[in-house]
Amino acid sequence: MSSEHAILTRLLESFPFLTERSGSADHAAVNVPAPQFAAFAAALRNAWHFDMLTDIAGCDWGESATPRYSAIYHFFNTASSSYLRVACDAPAADAPELPSLTGLYSSANWFEREAFDMFGIRFKGHPALSRILMWDDYPWHPLRKDFPLAGRAVPLPAVDALPGARTRIEAVPLAGGPFVASSGNTMHSREPQGQDQSWREATPKPTT
Amino acid sequence: MPSTETLTFVSDAPPGEKMQLNMGPSHPATHGVLRLQLELDGDIITRCDPVIGYLHRGIEKLAENMHYNQFVPYTDRLDYLAPLANNVAYAIAVEKLAHLEVPPRCQAIRVVCCELARISSHLLGLGVYGMDTGAWTIFMYTFTEREKLHSLFEELTGARFTTSYTRIGGVGRDIPDGWLERVVKFCDALPRTIDEIDKLLTLNKIFLDRTKDIAPVSKELALAYAFTGANLRASGVPADLRKDRPYSGYENYDFDVPVGTVGDCYDRYLVRMEELRQSLRIVKQAAAKMPDGLWYAAEAKKIFPPSKADILENMEALVQNFMLTVEGPQMPAGEVYFEAENPKGALGFFIHSKGGGVPWRLHIRGGSFLSLGILSKIVPGHYLTDVTAILGSLDFVMGECDR
Repeated sequence: MSSEHAILTRLLESFPFLTERSGSADHAAVNVPAPQFAAFAAALRNAWHFDMLTDIAGCDWGESATPRYSAIYHFFNTASSSYLRVACDAPAADAPELPSLTGLYSSANWFEREAFDMFGIRFKGHPALSRILMWDDYPWHPLRKDFPLAGRAVPLPAVDALPGARTRIEAVPLAGGPFVASSGNTMHSREPQGQDQSWREATPKPTT
Repeated sequence: MPSTETLTFVSDAPPGEKMQLNMGPSHPATHGVLRLQLELDGDIITRCDPVIGYLHRGIEKLAENMHYNQFVPYTDRLDYLAPLANNVAYAIAVEKLAHLEVPPRCQAIRVVCCELARISSHLLGLGVYGMDTGAWTIFMYTFTEREKLHSLFEELTGARFTTSYTRIGGVGRDIPDGWLERVVKFCDALPRTIDEIDKLLTLNKIFLDRTKDIAPVSKELALAYAFTGANLRASGVPADLRKDRPYSGYENYDFDVPVGTVGDCYDRYLVRMEELRQSLRIVKQAAAKMPDGLWYAAEAKKIFPPSKADILENMEALVQNFMLTVEGPQMPAGEVYFEAENPKGALGFFIHSKGGGVPWRLHIRGGSFLSLGILSKIVPGHYLTDVTAILGSLDFVMGECDR
């Protein structure tokens, strides 16, 4: 732990654009402005021996927050076994964009696709920024805070395959189904409820 | 012998045309719902694009809508071959956020859980790997042992598979009477099976042909793709979070970290075989010196609920239990990232908390997600038949990859 904080002090001295990130319960953490991020990451890899980019977590700070989106990176140094948390705010809430680290760390490829898929953060310089967990035609970014927990009704993927399949395809029901004994009530009266109450069986799923 | 005319007639594709082949998402060798889009030149793969997301359940979104303890059952469904290890990793991550230390007995129970989960996961991984490479018998041996292990899990947690054993600040309940003795008995019997697998597989000519020098991953490549766990160690990097950043008291146990040399499929197999034996060592040590005391952090009144007997008699405990059930364990605002050395690689939880019982953001870093990211790099150039050997050797699980 102490060696990680020694690194933090030296990093803050070497890169004047860095600021210490508050609230870290464990590792050294810094904020880096987006314009300097690519150069900073290159220095981390080449001069500071952070040889592994172990995690990228996109983050939405809420509809009214500025900046609204950030990506939080965790670098790992396998020689000293120390982590470094780097947070980078994406400027422009309507079209958030960050530099891609795929040229430095191959692991960034899928992580950035995931952050794009879930939050709509674009990564400049990514070789093939496409959705990864949701299907290509999916219109939403589901981990954004304004996206309801119940989801939004969208057309089934690959509708063009339906006539060819010559069978009736239905979405899996949220309540009931062949393996659930029905007690006659609607789901919300029987199940514990999540915080998102915007949708119940009585009111249809929102489509926008 | 067919004439040339017949051959051109059979295939209307011009000679040299590459073939597109979909492997999965429902294919026994893809170990779940993984889909590979392959481009073949004859029998040689020229391009491989993994398509994932078929098991995506939006677990991270769910996590933002429930309190910390409610999320524990969802961690079972990440790496569903080692649910106990996921439970522990998640609990430790949240406890780090709260700067909460659990008592030594709880730590030791968790170590036993983690290592038994590793044994269970590797037994399945190795058994299935035998199937992938044409040695069907192995699976029967490993699965028999795994069933015994799951009976032990059932006794401990009440469930064979979806254990949900940990709570924030402790575990669900103490170990039952005589359970540790039965665990030790299992650990004494298992080496016989491991030796049997060893004899059947390790120097088997067919197995060697199918795994040696297949898909070698260099040290540099493994680090660039953020490999962790057995896959990283097979490539020759002696990184093990249990040694390098000990958690849950791993520093008190004596064990070795097996490391491979060239990082091919065979090395990945050998590392897992040795990890089985090392895990047994840890379990035995933990069982031998299991500390007495509480299995939960009793002083953390805003995190761990009081005992049932206490709730029935004590007004204060009743209120405490009510608040914990309704509001969830109360966490300070802050950020934490914790990786545990899980059977499939490092399982990491990033949590951003704004205080209260619900995380603002919870991100899961699954080892399998990273193990699959490398496929488009290492699969091209191999024969189609090698795909099963490569996939099996990476030992991934889609629950953790797709979340």
